[in-house]
Amino acid sequence: MLGTAILLILLMSVAAYIVGRISGRKFVRAGGGKVHSLPNYHGLFVAVWVGIPATILVFLWVALRGPAIDALLVASLPDTLTAGVTESQIGLLLQQIKSAAAGVMFGQPGQEILNAAARLSRWNSIAEWGMVAAALAATIVGLALARARLAPQFRARNAFEKVMSGVMIACSAAAIFTTIGIVVSLLVEALHFFSMVPIGDFLFGGEWQPQIAIREDQIAGAGAFGAIPVFTGTLLIAVMAMLFAVPVGLFTAIYLVEYSSNRVRSIVKPILEILAGVPTVVYGFFAVITVAPAIRSFGNQLGIATSPNSALAAGVVIGVMLIPFISSLSDDALRAVPRALRDGSLAMGATRAETMTKVLLPAALPGIMGGVLLAASRAIGETMIVVMAAGLIATLTINPLESVTTVTVQIVTLLIGDTAFDSPKTLAAFALGLILFLITLSLNVIALKIVNRFREKYD
Amino acid sequence: MAIDTEHSVNWGSDKSRRSQRRRYASDRRLKFLGLGAIIIAIGVLAILLTTIVIGGSTAFTQTSVTVSFYLDQDLVSARRGYTRIVDNAVTELFPEIADAATLNAAEDILTDAADDILRDRVRADPGLIGQTVTMRIPVADPFDQLHKGVVSRDIPEDRRIVSDQQVQLFDQLIERGLVSKPFNWGLLFNIDSTNPEIAGLRGAIVGSFYLLLVTFLVSFPVGIAAAIYLEEFAPKNRWTGVIEVNINNLAAVPSIVFGLLGLAVLLNFFGMPRSAPLVGGLVLSLMTLPTMIIVTRVALKAVPPSIREGAYGIGASKHQVVMHHVLPLALPGILTGTIIGLAQALGETAPLLLIGMNAFVPGDPGGITDPATTLPTQILIWADSSERGFVARTSAGIMVLLGFLITMNAGAIYLRRRLERTW
Repeated sequence: MLGTAILLILLMSVAAYIVGRISGRKFVRAGGGKVHSLPNYHGLFVAVWVGIPATILVFLWVALRGPAIDALLVASLPDTLTAGVTESQIGLLLQQIKSAAAGVMFGQPGQEILNAAARLSRWNSIAEWGMVAAALAATIVGLALARARLAPQFRARNAFEKVMSGVMIACSAAAIFTTIGIVVSLLVEALHFFSMVPIGDFLFGGEWQPQIAIREDQIAGAGAFGAIPVFTGTLLIAVMAMLFAVPVGLFTAIYLVEYSSNRVRSIVKPILEILAGVPTVVYGFFAVITVAPAIRSFGNQLGIATSPNSALAAGVVIGVMLIPFISSLSDDALRAVPRALRDGSLAMGATRAETMTKVLLPAALPGIMGGVLLAASRAIGETMIVVMAAGLIATLTINPLESVTTVTVQIVTLLIGDTAFDSPKTLAAFALGLILFLITLSLNVIALKIVNRFREKYD
Repeated sequence: MAIDTEHSVNWGSDKSRRSQRRRYASDRRLKFLGLGAIIIAIGVLAILLTTIVIGGSTAFTQTSVTVSFYLDQDLVSARRGYTRIVDNAVTELFPEIADAATLNAAEDILTDAADDILRDRVRADPGLIGQTVTMRIPVADPFDQLHKGVVSRDIPEDRRIVSDQQVQLFDQLIERGLVSKPFNWGLLFNIDSTNPEIAGLRGAIVGSFYLLLVTFLVSFPVGIAAAIYLEEFAPKNRWTGVIEVNINNLAAVPSIVFGLLGLAVLLNFFGMPRSAPLVGGLVLSLMTLPTMIIVTRVALKAVPPSIREGAYGIGASKHQVVMHHVLPLALPGILTGTIIGLAQALGETAPLLLIGMNAFVPGDPGGITDPATTLPTQILIWADSSERGFVARTSAGIMVLLGFLITMNAGAIYLRRRLERTW
């Protein structure tokens, strides 16, 4: 039905364009040189007024149809079903009605449920056809209104360009809407969570056992939502990653800037880009199949107890992922230092190493620091590698050979399978997501500020 | 002019030479450290690629047995009829076996899904009923591993899945020349299955295609419109400053947060279908939007001002300048950036987990609202499976994914070389 509606709108827009263009042509033929806009713009003006309002209407219809029908359905249920039940039971009831409407019956549903299912099917088909009818009506109204405004002196081009400007502004505001959407959805669900679990217990509690029962017949633990071990686990893995990535990335950049010939550079740079382009799920598999067993057997040979999914393995592989990121940002920062500084130092007789450590690095330090902070934010937010290679159980430890869990791993494990938006298990994921978002956001803001200030200094 | 002997340096003195040697040594040290870092980076990439290629190459062939099936008219329409046809064929394959237990062991050599394969064949060509068809049927995964040498025959019987008796029967088939190892087209053209020997990537490839289609349809027009506004029209004020900061920050938000957004808003609030490429595509287009905007702005910036001034000079309006002159000239650069952005989206996994695109889907999606998996989530599903055969298939799936990524990036580079013009 959505396809039909969109096709209809498209056809109507094309028709509108032709109608407008014909009118524009008529003006030209009748009025000679006194017409303001080209016929083309008359056509485009009518077409956008037919197409855009109808499209917006259809998208609103699709977006709000589900919630609206749900609300109507709940309101139409007899009191015997809805009296004194919680929100989750209503959700279950709705689910039951929907599956009954789809022809899937579990056990013997009551007569009320069957009636409601019939109502639901009826309303759904009304909503479907209503959408097409509404789209058609909107295009006809748009066509009539826009067509009526056409005249030889009408500034069709300016009017059309104004609409296009509006569309472009709306598109560039999409970034803002996304940010607002992220903040609001995380905040709402997290606040919901904090109304069940006190925020102090969440932020400073030392025990994390979130696998509680969502339905009554599930067997699970009692639950504890103290996120400290999750945070320390994240930090441990991120520190391992940075300990590996920063030296390797930085020395790579130093070599490429100061020592390498152009030929070496033209070979190494694309290879680093390949490293940057490998999907994270591939790195995750690499960590599981190669790095973790290698670290484990090495540890066992030394006689140290090593977990099969140690923090070190996940950390090192995240570090590998970050090498190209750090090296290219450091490379840029080192190259941004004015050539005069470097040449001056070399002319004084300093070796390349001295020029690097005493002149270039100090001058480029803010840029490199910014890059390192951005990399740290990536290490904290990295998901696939840790989902595949890190543990699930939150242990409070700083031993990199033990298994720890991270914020992102917990978000994924909490949200896979049963999700109910009134259970602390599901909502805890959003609270973790909020913390993750805030931490990475502040790291990014600080990093971008440092980088920008550094850039201004030399520009 | 008197020479200041007290402060002049004797470059030939031992002290000076030592100092020079020390300084040169530290210079070499830094150089070797840099070289070492590069070798580590390249070495890790080499290890990664070789592990994947060596691990995945075995999955590109599939051990199969050539079997003749008599498609009995009555059995074809009977309940579990195809299972009995397969049983009969195995009995014929080993005419010397008399007892039922041995026969059962022999039947386990063929894949569990042999009856399904046969049924699909008959459905495609009903004229075969009543005749004898000879087909290559994949063997069950343990025999595949055995034949490829992944699992050694020397392992004691109690520690492997296949019994000595089954190995003996299988060896008989090899001796009779019935076992072959053809190229595994099923890897690309079969749908997913819980049996590794017949599991394929078709559903995932179709799912990824729909996903990228949605991502492209949303992020391409929106990204271009936003970039044109910000680059060509926007006044420098607070509002556009806020938008710019927002775009930069969105580019650095962890991908999983976008998954949370999709789950809370698209699935929970708007009630969109779970596991659907539509939802995944919308989430990924929000993620690729910053990339799209940035590459489009760079391409627009590269168009020289003389083009704009020339257009203004003959009386074009601002919109006409941009739409008729600047945008067409920037389009090659925008397309290159778009392909690179879509390649990134193809490799993205984390947000798709939260909207359920890592569920087992035995079939391929018929549209953007059907449940689907994508290449990366399919790789994750296989990586988490315990059957031995999925280890090789995971690597093979990664090779397919990397193949698509390389093709897309190579296409972008070709396009850039071909269409890019210098002013």
